[in-house]
Amino acid sequence: MRGVTSARQQHQLAEAGEPWWRQRESERKRPNTRTSSTIPSPLCASSLKMACQALQSGESLATLKNESDSLKKKLEEERAKLHDVELNQVAEKVELVSALSIRTRRVLKGHGNKVLCMDWCKDKRRLVSSSQDGKVIVWDGYTLNKEHAVTMPCTWVMACAYAPSGCAVACGGLDNKCSVYPLSLDKNENLAAKKKSVAMHTNYLSGCSFTNSDMQLLTSSGDGTCALWDVESGQLLQSFHGHTADVLSLNLAPSETGNTFVSGGCDKKANVWDMRSGQNVQSFETHDSDINCVKYYPTGDAFASASDDGTCRLYDLRADREVAVYQKDSIIFGASSVDFSLSGRLLFAGYNDYTINVWDVLKGNRISVLFGHENRVSCVKVSPDGTSFASASWDTSLRIWA
Amino acid sequence: MEEVVARMQEEKNGIPIRTVKSFLSKIPSVISGSDIVQWMLTHLNMEDPVEALHLGTLMAAHGYFFPISDHVLSLKDDGTFYRFQTPYFWPSNCWEPENTDYAVYLCKRTMQNKARLELADYEAESLARLQRAYARKWEFIFMQAEAQAKVDKKRDKVERKVLDSQERAFWDVHRPVPGCVNTTETDIKKSSRMKEPHKTRKPLNTSSAPLSLISYSQQYTEYDPCFTSPEPSNPWTSDDTTCWELETSKEPGQQRVRRWGFGFNEVLKDPAGREQFLKFLESEFSSENLRFWLAVQELKKRPVREVATLVHNIWQEFLAPGAPSAINVDSKSYAKTTHNIKDPGRYTFEDAQEHIYKLMKSDSYSRFLRSSCYQELLQARKKVRPKQESCV
Repeated sequence: MRGVTSARQQHQLAEAGEPWWRQRESERKRPNTRTSSTIPSPLCASSLKMACQALQSGESLATLKNESDSLKKKLEEERAKLHDVELNQVAEKVELVSALSIRTRRVLKGHGNKVLCMDWCKDKRRLVSSSQDGKVIVWDGYTLNKEHAVTMPCTWVMACAYAPSGCAVACGGLDNKCSVYPLSLDKNENLAAKKKSVAMHTNYLSGCSFTNSDMQLLTSSGDGTCALWDVESGQLLQSFHGHTADVLSLNLAPSETGNTFVSGGCDKKANVWDMRSGQNVQSFETHDSDINCVKYYPTGDAFASASDDGTCRLYDLRADREVAVYQKDSIIFGASSVDFSLSGRLLFAGYNDYTINVWDVLKGNRISVLFGHENRVSCVKVSPDGTSFASASWDTSLRIWA
Repeated sequence: MEEVVARMQEEKNGIPIRTVKSFLSKIPSVISGSDIVQWMLTHLNMEDPVEALHLGTLMAAHGYFFPISDHVLSLKDDGTFYRFQTPYFWPSNCWEPENTDYAVYLCKRTMQNKARLELADYEAESLARLQRAYARKWEFIFMQAEAQAKVDKKRDKVERKVLDSQERAFWDVHRPVPGCVNTTETDIKKSSRMKEPHKTRKPLNTSSAPLSLISYSQQYTEYDPCFTSPEPSNPWTSDDTTCWELETSKEPGQQRVRRWGFGFNEVLKDPAGREQFLKFLESEFSSENLRFWLAVQELKKRPVREVATLVHNIWQEFLAPGAPSAINVDSKSYAKTTHNIKDPGRYTFEDAQEHIYKLMKSDSYSRFLRSSCYQELLQARKKVRPKQESCV
């Protein structure tokens, strides 16, 4: 729109301290031509008219700033009229989910203390879990066999991840580091000897994840930062600053082309980051307490969060806002972990009241409650092909549900 | 939790607390287990008594109310009597009672000669253990216990009953019966953190409704094992791993092939899809596009040490003047890439890759979906002569 300064541009210029009319010297000499050009909304026309009048009467900069502030308010009001609809309202016509018969299919016993984290292998049956007593175990979930076990030199191993190739695992916790252990087929080989220290933080490691390859590791820490590391050299490739408190969780976007990830922390914020530039591209703050876990919706266009405030929420990245809250009066304990089913229709959430709730993502209602664990559920993850999900708990066991 | 407990104790809408006449004496200030369950069902919008029982048990385990004649803190939906814990003993006051305090308490208990205050087995064991541990200090502990017992004796009988039970419940939370969950255990991440003041900011509202989420979920429902059982069965429920074996085989099933049609990313994600797409591109003599895209993806995954060499190789193969697999990139991306080459990094080819991706998506992909070899796979028609690779 040549020759027309939109209301928004006026605000921007006013905020920059520059009187908007100074930017358009040429237009100022021909005020009449403005009203004849196409203006998108009636708001613009009236605002321009008002502004022109002010200019012509020679009013000061301060008055113009006041004008722009009131215009801003009017714009917000107009925007609000454009009906922000919640997801469950839009999903009214969608069919209800019929009752699901999900039961525990496997119980993995072997840890001596609270299990804090787990991750699936791409082969859909193996998984790695880590616990408070420093033990990291690799299981074949299907046969219940323990395939590898390693004892970390620290307690509270809060994060663990399986490498995409299935040949290594990463873990860390109170040692402030993230180490990678290659898994060998030779049972006699001492895993601990092959340990490779990759990440170094200045506070506990809360989360770790391999990017698309075994060669890069993304970590989150109690020191308030996230970081991307080159596994082979231990070099820091990129760091991500922006959280104002401990970062508790991170999740990579499931895109073939994307380079983003989301993190959640004790500052109640969920931040989306560009891995290439290190920039915080989007931020969401609607929870009332710490965000314990963040997980992307299968398309990568939205993500869910679990918080100590007892709710789970869904944020749409393109709408740039929260679009659903999953809560109930009877849920008064914090949610520790979430994950989506393959289609994204179901949200599995683990809570500190020892249960797992299954939510209908679109309609917002709870479909069922799963009992079974005898202490807090610390981690919930759906298997890579969606055929089952695993839960880790402070009751020292892991359960696989389907 | 405390908000719920406060509501429970409200005069008007709370649970009625009463004194019950029992066999020998009156039991002051109690509520019954089923009262609690009923209240929760009404006031907390719960549908299932099982859920109410579970929540109630948790609240008891945390010490907000307790059974008057049991050390194990759980809720039963019957006439069992419960009492509310005094706010003084609430967990939110961050009690971290020492073992010496526990020793004093147990000692005091032994001084009271009432049958109902006798120590349970596990308490007797704990006492014995503490006596050994604090052998030297024991006189001091004994004196404290004596002093406390004296003060208690002076109290009103009814008041004593209530206070004694509350004190016992407090210790049941902090020194639970063996086998019970210790609800005072906290997540280490919460205890050792940097406490920073935060600013609350209202998120910006826009008008676009997330319809795409709905359409995606509906489209993929048939692929979600939670809704549609995988073929032939879900390995976790049927103990039959055929489903997984089929997936690793070279022959992609019809359902899997159909998924490639949902979006370009589906073809790129699935190794079998990539293979078919590459074959198709070869028949069109434009396979260098996909090969370039795959090479750049690989570049981003390699260790830092290999980056410079890989960048050079990709340049030579796809972009340099006279390259054997020259790709067609717009001039802007080409110029940018030429500039990036001077300082090779993982994102050197980012612009070119994006351009090629868009090209494949808008052009080759749609032709692939219409091609006879894709259509054949979709119809699950078997190839007559496996040697015939051309897809014209």
